[in-house]
Amino acid sequence: MSVTIQAADFDCGQEIVAITKGRDDIGAIASFIGLVRADPLAGEKINAMTLEHYPGMTEKALAEIVAQAKSRWDLQAVRVIHRIGRLVTGEQIVLVVVAASHRGSAFAACEFIMDFLKTKAPFWKKEETTHHGQWVEARDADESAADRWTK
Amino acid sequence: MSIQLLYFAGLREALGVATEHLELPAGVDTVAALRELLAARGSPWTALVTTKNLRAAVNQKMAGPDTLLQAGDEVAFFPPVTGG
Repeated sequence: MSVTIQAADFDCGQEIVAITKGRDDIGAIASFIGLVRADPLAGEKINAMTLEHYPGMTEKALAEIVAQAKSRWDLQAVRVIHRIGRLVTGEQIVLVVVAASHRGSAFAACEFIMDFLKTKAPFWKKEETTHHGQWVEARDADESAADRWTK
Repeated sequence: MSIQLLYFAGLREALGVATEHLELPAGVDTVAALRELLAARGSPWTALVTTKNLRAAVNQKMAGPDTLLQAGDEVAFFPPVTGG
């Protein structure tokens, strides 16, 4: 299973071991981990965020993004884990691990998957401070990041 | 025909509803017509037409205003996604 949505934390090292174990054809592994950041919000600092998703559609959307990456680059393995529920600052949110023969494909596919995950997968973040809660607004920069792959 | 409706994130909170089963009147057979039908319920349902960049999915695939609805469809409305 290359895509998992879960409340539990993940271990990037363990996921890489699971991908590479018993194989001698992989030459490059690229990984990305997204974390909860303590940005300022309404005069305070964010201390947690809650991630909501659309069960069923999220898994399909992520599987479609991974399939697109595999059709675009020669990849040997892809692993995506996205957490849901309430996460405090410093916690891990998302993991993307890509295995390929060479680094070029691994780096590019990892970034491609993250760019499309941010704009196509149905997840929503609600940030909270001690006194305030607010749904995160979509950023135009994220749309532009995804658009550049179609140019 | 009847459909299943789902609302997510800020929209779900504004409406105070996460899911509902709805019998569609004759003539309401597109995503755009469904939005108008729901908005006609008045506040807070007007959010269905006033929310900026509101997204729709039919049977878990992104859908446009002209997407046709069929009996048994799962239709979801939500704000632009913000995961990752």
